Amino acid sequence: MDIVWWSIIALGGIGAAFGFLLAIASKKFAVKKDETVEAVREHLPGANCGGCGLPGCDGFAEALVRGDVKINGCAVLGIPAAGEIAEILGVSAGDLRPKAARIMCLGKEGCTNKFEYSGAKDCRAAMAVAGGFKNCKYACLGLGTCANACKFDAISMDEQGIAAIDLMKCTGCGACVEVCPQGTIAVLDLDIDYYAACRNPEKGKAVTSVCSLGCISCGICAKSCPFGALTMVDNLPVFDYEKCRECGICMEKCPRKTIVRTKTVKRAEIDDGKCTKCGACMEVCPFGAIDVVDGVYTVFDKCRGCGICLEKCASGAITLQKDK
Amino acid sequence: MDYFFKILLMMLSAILVNNYVLAKFLGICPFLGVSKKLETATGMGMAVIFVMTLASLITYLVQYFILVPLGLGYMQTIAFILVIAALVQLVEMVIQKSSPALYQGLGVYLPLITTNCAVLGVALINISEKYTLIESVINGFGAAVGFTLAIVLFAGIREKFAVRQIPKPMQGFPLALISASLMSIAFMGFTGLV
Repeated sequence: MDIVWWSIIALGGIGAAFGFLLAIASKKFAVKKDETVEAVREHLPGANCGGCGLPGCDGFAEALVRGDVKINGCAVLGIPAAGEIAEILGVSAGDLRPKAARIMCLGKEGCTNKFEYSGAKDCRAAMAVAGGFKNCKYACLGLGTCANACKFDAISMDEQGIAAIDLMKCTGCGACVEVCPQGTIAVLDLDIDYYAACRNPEKGKAVTSVCSLGCISCGICAKSCPFGALTMVDNLPVFDYEKCRECGICMEKCPRKTIVRTKTVKRAEIDDGKCTKCGACMEVCPFGAIDVVDGVYTVFDKCRGCGICLEKCASGAITLQKDK
Repeated sequence: MDYFFKILLMMLSAILVNNYVLAKFLGICPFLGVSKKLETATGMGMAVIFVMTLASLITYLVQYFILVPLGLGYMQTIAFILVIAALVQLVEMVIQKSSPALYQGLGVYLPLITTNCAVLGVALINISEKYTLIESVINGFGAAVGFTLAIVLFAGIREKFAVRQIPKPMQGFPLALISASLMSIAFMGFTGLV
């Protein structure tokens, strides 16, 4: 029986000795976790997308507490969570409009190929071969590098080989922007409606020779905008979303159909019961969509849902409804 | 001086000729599992160097000062596993403290060093070859450096695969296994060096 006892004592002894040493080590090497960091970390999304430029959400939480970054450095963060973090840290949350990435290219059949590319399925690798296989330097190559980089599964490649972004899943973290060698992706505010899906800053002739959908910098959109929300910068239209009222006249006037919309069309409706027949709406409407029919103020199909009449209406008789 | 050369040759043998991964086929799990990125592969290699060297030292002491005097040679395996497990725990704590990014990168493979058969293999071979204390430690260190060399080289190769077009059935592990075997054949060229 001795040998049994000895083996128990020997192994038990070794185990106890190591256990004791580990206990000391765990005290010595204890990772001191700041309680504020822990609290902040709990409110972060935890996707570790790296969109903030720091190593994961833990890194961002630490940087937040140190004060190196602002709360809106995390694009993924929802507004309620941001508010709670702001409360923990005792600072203001800053600009927290949710963002989403957009592909600034319509490509598809409009874009022509320079040559047949059959190399690695990676846009960065394709760019290394004679500057990409498409004639347009700014076109989406459609090899899916952005889709692979997306941590939220928001990017898919459509049948025509152009990246498509699911705005419901996109968090605007910008990881795809980092990897896109063409710079075709831009992160814009989520709630904007219209944007020009082209980044080619060249003049009309150069654009028409490579693409049938790209912006030819004709400037018709800027001229047609009744609210002055569009300006031409570097041969491309730039939206001032503070001024844009989402009427969509720019999209309609664009001869190349480069401007695209993301939301449903709205139109004004007048509640005849509340209407005081003052005529202010009729005067202010830039599209002449409101007129009097048999003494009743009526909205015609010309209405583009810009909502400027809402502001002028003193009796609150006008509402914006989704177009049927 | 002769002894010094013997030690040097022993180390060289453990690193190149009798490479634990590529010649003895021990420690294949982390070799395939953590070799996707050069950075984590290097981190894994460093952790293994630490664990293997210390394990060689401590298992030697356990063997000759506890097990042999008490006639408990048959308890070798379980006692060594105990030593290695404790060491891995220690390494885990140190890495978590010193490099959270590496800690995240190594993930589940860090506690799995415990079951890395190369570590236990080195400890057992040290005893069966009747190495002295110094020789054990040198052998353990050499074996770990050999492991690191193999995994870092392999990670470098696998990083190159990421941007290459690879036929679908070959993607991932099939190609990894084939390149590992080619590496193993290449390392056979060192046979006869020592």
